[in-house]
Formats: sequence, C-alpha cells, structure tokens
Amino acid sequence: MNLLGKLTWSAIPFDQPIVMGASGGVILGIGAVLAWVTLKGYVPYLWREWLTSVDHKRIGVMYLVLALLMLLRGFSDAIMMRTQQAVAAGDAQGYLPPEHYDQIFSAHGTIMIFFVGMPLVIGLMNFVVPLQLGIRDVAFPTLNSVSLWLTASGILLTNLSLAIGEFARTGWVAYPPLSELQFSPGVGVDYYLWSLQISGIGTLLTGINFVTTILKMRAPGMGYRRMPVFCWTALASNLMIVAVFPVLTATFAMLLLDRYLGFHFFTIDAGGNAMMYVNLFWVWGHPEVYILALPAYGIFSEVSATFSGKPLFGYRSMVAATMAICILSMLVWLHHFFTMGASANVNAVFGIASMIIGVPTGVKVFNWMFTMYGGRVRFEVPVLWTIGFMVTFVFGGLTGVLLAVPPVDWQVHNSLFLVAHFHHVIIPSVVFGVFAGIIYWFPKAFGFKLEDRWGRRAFWCWFIGFHLAFMPLYVVGLMGMTRRLQHYDVLSWQPWLLVAEAGAVLIFVGIACQVMSLVVSIRGREALRDVTGDPWNGRTLEWSTASPPPAWNFAVLPRVTGLDGFWAAKQRAHATQGEPAQARAYAPIEMPKNSPIGFVNAFFAVVTGFALIWHIWWMAAVGLAGAFAALLVFAFRDEEEVEIPAVQIAQFEAQHAEVTP
Amino acid sequence: MTDMPYDRAPGDASPPPETRSATRSDAAIYTVGLAVAVILTGTSFWVTNTSLIWGPGVPLGLAVLAIAQMGIHLVFFLHITTGPDNTNNVLALAFGVLIVFLVVAGSLWIMTDLNNMLMPGRELMDLRMQR
Amino acid sequence: MNVAVTLDEIRPDALPIASEAGPPPKRIVVAYGFWIFLLSDIVMFSALFAAYAVLVRATAGGPTGAQLFNQGSVAIQTAFLLASSYACGLMSLAVGAQRRDRTYAFALVTFALGAAFLVLELREFAGMIASGAAPQRSAFLSAFFTLVGCHGLHVTAGLIWLSVMMVQVAVKGFRATVQRRLLCFALFWHTLDIIWVWLFTFVYLMGVLP
Repeated sequence: MNLLGKLTWSAIPFDQPIVMGASGGVILGIGAVLAWVTLKGYVPYLWREWLTSVDHKRIGVMYLVLALLMLLRGFSDAIMMRTQQAVAAGDAQGYLPPEHYDQIFSAHGTIMIFFVGMPLVIGLMNFVVPLQLGIRDVAFPTLNSVSLWLTASGILLTNLSLAIGEFARTGWVAYPPLSELQFSPGVGVDYYLWSLQISGIGTLLTGINFVTTILKMRAPGMGYRRMPVFCWTALASNLMIVAVFPVLTATFAMLLLDRYLGFHFFTIDAGGNAMMYVNLFWVWGHPEVYILALPAYGIFSEVSATFSGKPLFGYRSMVAATMAICILSMLVWLHHFFTMGASANVNAVFGIASMIIGVPTGVKVFNWMFTMYGGRVRFEVPVLWTIGFMVTFVFGGLTGVLLAVPPVDWQVHNSLFLVAHFHHVIIPSVVFGVFAGIIYWFPKAFGFKLEDRWGRRAFWCWFIGFHLAFMPLYVVGLMGMTRRLQHYDVLSWQPWLLVAEAGAVLIFVGIACQVMSLVVSIRGREALRDVTGDPWNGRTLEWSTASPPPAWNFAVLPRVTGLDGFWAAKQRAHATQGEPAQARAYAPIEMPKNSPIGFVNAFFAVVTGFALIWHIWWMAAVGLAGAFAALLVFAFRDEEEVEIPAVQIAQFEAQHAEVTP
Repeated sequence: MTDMPYDRAPGDASPPPETRSATRSDAAIYTVGLAVAVILTGTSFWVTNTSLIWGPGVPLGLAVLAIAQMGIHLVFFLHITTGPDNTNNVLALAFGVLIVFLVVAGSLWIMTDLNNMLMPGRELMDLRMQR
Repeated sequence: MNVAVTLDEIRPDALPIASEAGPPPKRIVVAYGFWIFLLSDIVMFSALFAAYAVLVRATAGGPTGAQLFNQGSVAIQTAFLLASSYACGLMSLAVGAQRRDRTYAFALVTFALGAAFLVLELREFAGMIASGAAPQRSAFLSAFFTLVGCHGLHVTAGLIWLSVMMVQVAVKGFRATVQRRLLCFALFWHTLDIIWVWLFTFVYLMGVLP
C-alpha cells in the first residue's frame, strides 16, 4: 500500500512552462505576503482580530478579499482563452495545447461562479444585512466563521490543482460520462468535486444563518414592510441557497460514489443514466444564478434610492417581484438542456416558464428607472455602475428570452451565442452590482471613501471593454462557432475574436484602474476620511453608525418606526435642530467570543479533501478525526460570550457624538 | 430582545417544558403519538400484503398512510401546530415540502419523458420501419 | 409609503405585532435555525430519492427489490426507530424537568434502539452484498444503498451526537447551551424517523408490490 496514495513527483507539471510559471508566481507572491506579515509582527493581531473573528463585518471583508483575489485568477483564465482563440485560426495552433485549454475553461467557470460570484454577494450580505436590520450580528456568528473558512478551503484546494496534479477538463458543469472514472481517470474531476463539496457546506450554512437572521432577528419595530429591499433580496437569495445547495451536494455525492466506489448512477453501463446528472445539476444551477443576481438587484435598489434622494419607487412591487423570482427560478431549469431530447410538451412548459420569469425582473427595472426619474440624481461612481447595469442587462435579458424559445435554442445551444448571453446577464448584474456595492459601502467598512477619478476610469474601461469582448461573440455564435474551442478552421470568425480580445485587454486595464483606485485611496485616506458615518446622505440604518462601526454595531438597538427609518430620523433631527443630545445610560453588551474553530476546521477540511483526491486514506482519516476533535474542544468551551463594559460603549459614543441622530 | 412569546421554537411544546414541570399529559402526548404511528405503520404493512385492496390503489393508499404518519410525527413529537406562535415554523415546513415536490415530481416527469423519447426500443422499431 | 410615526401616536401599552417584536430568546433562534437545516437535509434526501425513483427499474439483469427486500426485517427496524423516537420524546421531557437520572435512562434507551436499528440494517446490507447484490451490480442497487445508507449514516451521526451530549450533561449540567443542543438533537432524531417513514413506504413496501 503506497503511503501517499496516487501522489508522486509526476503530479507536479514540470513539463508545462506556463503552469509552472503561474504556480511559481503564486507561491512566490503568497510567500512574500506571509513573510512581510510575519516580519512586521502582524500575526498575533491577524489571528486575534481577523482569522478567529466571528464579527460579521470582518467576515464580510474577508469574503470580499478572497473573491477579488479569485477574480484575478478567473480573469487570467479568461484572457488566456481570448488570446488563444484570437490566434489559433487555420494553421496556427496557438500557445495552449487542448489538454491545458480544457482545464482553463473548466477552472474559469468554476472559479467565477463558486469562488468569485458567491463570495462577493455573500461577503456584502454579511457586512450589510445585520447593520441594515439594526442588530449586532447574524443569528449564528461562529457558524458564519466556519462558512467563510470552508469557502477558503475550497479555494485553496482548487488552486492547489494548478501546482499539484491537474484540474477537471470537463467544463465547469462536469457532465458524465466524461466526468466518470472511465473517461476522466485523473485527479482533475476529484479536485473539482471535493473543492465544491467542502465550500458547498459552507454556503449552505450561510444560507441557514441568514434565513434565520432575517426572519427572526430584526430590530424592534422592523416589521417585514419596513425592511430594506437589500434585506428582502438577501432573504430570497438565502432561501434559494437552502433550497438547492443540498441538491448539488447529493448530485456530486453520487458522482463521487461512481468514481470512488464503482457505483452506477451516471455510468454508461449497468443501468446508469447520465441525463439524470444533467437534470439534477441544473435543478441547482438555475436557482444559483438568481442566488447571485438577487442581492445585486438589492444593491441597485439601495444605490438608486440613495443617490436620487428619493424613496425607492414601488417598494411593495419590488418585494413581490423578488419573492416571485425566488419561486419561479425553481421552475425553469430544463431550459439548460432543451436539446437533450425531451418531448415538445416538456420543452414548451419550461420554455414558457423561462419567458415568464423575465417579467418580475422587468418590474424591477422599471422601478429603478422611476426611482431615478424626478429625483436629483448624483452621478457618483456607484450610480455609473447602476446605469451601466440597466443599459447592459436589459439587452442580455432579451437574448435570454430568445433562448427560452426551444426551437431558437436548438440552433444556438452550446455556441458562443449562449456564452455571450450568460456573460451579458451575469456580468452587468453580479459584477457591476458588487462593484457598485463595494464603492457604496467601502466608507462604512473602512472609514474613508474610495477616490473618484480612478473609479470612473475603471467603470468606463469595464463598460466599453465588456461590450467589445462579448458583442462579437453573438456574431460568431450565429455564424456557427461552438463554445470551448481551442482551435478552429473557419477563418471568417477570427476578426470578431480579435475584437473580443481587444475587449478583454480593455477590461484588464479596467481592473488595473481598480487596483490603482485602492492604492491611491489608501495612500490618500486622510483626505477621503468619512467622519459623519453618513457620506452619501443615506436612507437606511447602517448609515446611522460610525465609520467603521464598533464591534457591537449599535449601542442601543434602534426602535424602528418606518421604512427608511434613518432618513425619517434625519428629517426629524433637522426639524428639531438645536436640541442638546441627551446623556444616555448604556448597558454592557454581550458579544459572541472569537473562536479558532472556523479556521481549524477548514484546515482539516483541506487535509481531508487533498487526501481523498489523492487516495491517501490514512490522511483522510486523520483529517476527519482532527475536525471532529476540534469540534469537541469547541463544544466543551466554557466561555461563549465576551462582555463589553458600558464605559467603553459610552466612550465610543461620545467620540462619535455627531453620528447619532 | 423580547420576552413576549410571539414565536415558539420548533420542537417545543406550548409552553416549553423548562418553564413548568413536566406533567403526565406531556408524556401522554408522546404515547398517543406512538400508538397512532404504530397503527398506521401496521396498516401500511397490511395494505402491502393483502389482496383485499384493488391493486392500482395500493401505492396511493401507502402514500396517504405515509403522509398521515408524517403528520403524527410533526404534531405529537415535534409539536408543530397551526397556532400563531408557530407560523414561521409551518411556513418553513411548507417551503421545504414545496421544494421536495418540485425536485421529485419535476425530476420524475422530465426523466420519464426523456426515457420515453430516447429508449433504444424506439430506434429499433424505426429501423424496422425504414424502407 | 411608511413614514416615521411621531412619538405621541404610539400608544404606550400597544403590543407590537409579531414581526415587529425584535429578536426572540436564543432558544427559539437556535431551534429555528436547526429546523431550517433539517429542511435542507430533507431536500438532499429528496434528490437522492428522485435518483432512486428514476433508477428503480435499472436493474441491469441483476436482482430487483422484490427479490431482495425482507419485510420482516424492515418491520422490526421500523419498530426500533419509532420506539427510539418515543424514548427521545420522553428524554426531552426529562431534560425540561432537569432530571439527570431520567435523562440518562431515556438517552440510553434511545441509543440502544437506534443502535439495534443500525445493526439490522448493516446485516441486511451485508447479506445483500454476500449474495451478489452489491451496489456496484446495477444502478438500482447503487441508488438503493446510497439512499438507505445515507439515512443510516445520519442515524450513526445522531448516536455519536447523543453520546457526546450525555457527556456534556455530566460535565456541564443542564445549562442553557446544553438544553438548546438537546432540543436540536430531538428535532434531528424525530426528523430521521419521518424520513424513515418515507423510506420504508416508498422503497421497501412499494418495492415488493407486484
């Protein structure tokens, strides 16, 4: 019995210079950061204040850091693919062999959906939702930390595949029979499956956490009709997480059983049914895109209302549309496999449902437009991203309605038309939305605004670059180009793909502008300081706290009396100007205690996952035992909470006196 | 934090046992639940093995009995009621039931349709019918 | 549009409506969160169940359910699990009354009955594998072993959890955290019995119908 299972030195791709270069670069980069942190003596601070933190604000920031780093990796994959497709026409073979190219498109999709999209929206929901609800933290703060670190485990495992072994070559959906052991005998699909199973547990726990928080833990007086729209979209998104992530877990479990124990769920022999994987995968897969999009819509609602100086138009129809999307999104999944062979009746039902689901989103777009109409719109950078979204997303959505018609889909399924469509909806909604949200809430999180000029440059580069990169793909899709091609012989496609490459380069410039924006803002943060806690003249409760808020968020839980309660309170404060602030008696606050369980558990998850991938059974047992032992230690801890003395609270409030309305 | 009992924890009887001493009637609730569940279970086994029921009706009968048994567990063991303090719990359960229905019924409908459309038998038949 | 109400208009003795009452006590929050988790677990079972329903005829020339399932064994397993659920209910009452002796006693009965269920199930599996009906034989068998086996894994996890909880009762007594965790365990245990109802009805009983 080999002590290291399938793992040998040949797992390291010494013969692939690009991979070796990338891995080497990443290892050097991480090493440099770790060295700097250690030498500067930051480790105890980082451990105490961040790695073991159960504070939703810190956890939210960490999710966003992970996501933005993975955006760099996912985008690198993207620009490598664009470059390959720009040159590999006719006799030219490009610079990426097929085995490598296949891993790149698989990694690109996996990373962008699971390790960029999800952590971006979950990170923002983490930071904002408790503040908007007027409470001190989520329902289960320690579980929140566990979720974060399990996501990080998935990220680490996927990135390990770059240096040790390989990634899946099946595309990000990993359909059998290609993903079965018979046709993918390597470790690539196992890396994919275990990374996603581990991070999937984290995501499911987040779903449970936020559903409980939003339904049970709002501030006194905040009935359902007084909740900000971002919290409504967060509720719908997390309900969908709870509803569909278990299906993905079960589906991946079945594929893992096929691969590890020789079961026959999806094999081509012994009665297996590969189509069932496709069916179950998309039961998860379609709601997933709405899990990503709904919080982004919520961000746009908040941004458009704040920067128009008006309440959001049509609050009730917004909420109704959100919950309608929540339910409808679970009725359309077959449109991802119209061509798999179902009868016309079945295709028609799901086609009609897919068209109907465009209606509530249309309602939302009209509401955003009417929010801005008649308002005094301040064209801050978040508003640019919002308008960019509205203009772009509507057209992307229209191509979706086209694809919802089965006969049309039969022509363009799996062509670049489809690729253009889904990027045309997901980038304006999720990516633009999160960028708007990050700029909007950045001052709240860090106490200073992001500077303006580089933010605007970044937006225009992204907006123009996006269109340059993806509009040509519709054309080549209609000309017959299939997706995931490493090389092609139809030379008339090439000019379009060159334009697409130019677009990708422009997006790269946009990302560089965003990095510059961060650097310049951090350097010049004193000039950009937010002293009031309300830099945008906001409407919702998070703007009533200091920037950044204290660990306990609110010294006294707000008593909410209406929608946009903070805005109303500000109007009252203007009307009764000159009244001295009352001296308040503060009570000590019990906050949950930090805990290393999230980090430690995730460490053992990585050990277990890596061991299972490489068939190192003793190491897998050690990993599981370690996780269980850590859980026991945590379960028997005596101190669960830490008390913040009233004096400390009073001091903080006195320092930020002008903030409290 | 409110002390008013607007909501009840799922699994707690009304009011929860820790706020009063457990009485005989609490144990009786569980006992009644057990007894009815035993009867329903026995009936399920009988329905499967008897020839007294019209064949095609048996699966429906079994499904009804299963739903009844689930109801017994929910009411007598999990103390899920339709009172206003249980609204959140019932709504969550209804949501779960909806998702289960969509996943199972949807998958069965789609997969049966696919199997019907794509079974090899049909192709062989078509081959035979080709001139 | 809801605008803020001035203080005079709020009657001081008016009770807030349920959705405006603010965060409830921790016991309710924890149990509700666990309830949501259980619903997600049920969804996971339903995906496995859907797979089973699709593959139930895919026996690949191997044994079918009607040939393999032993109703007597299933009936005894059902009895054990149901009785275990009952014992768990009585344990919950003992926990509420903070009676250690009764808590340990009913926990032991719960554990023993659950373990007996598992023993029978493992024997059934072993027998099937020995007679050539291993999960690798056909898609039907893969689906059967996974669906029923997943339930068995949950029961096993529950037994481990129960054991740890009894140690917690011994070490920490009936403090609030321990009571909350035992409430969650009870929810878990009863839900496993509900899932078993669906399993024995749709897998075993319907499986032996002509």
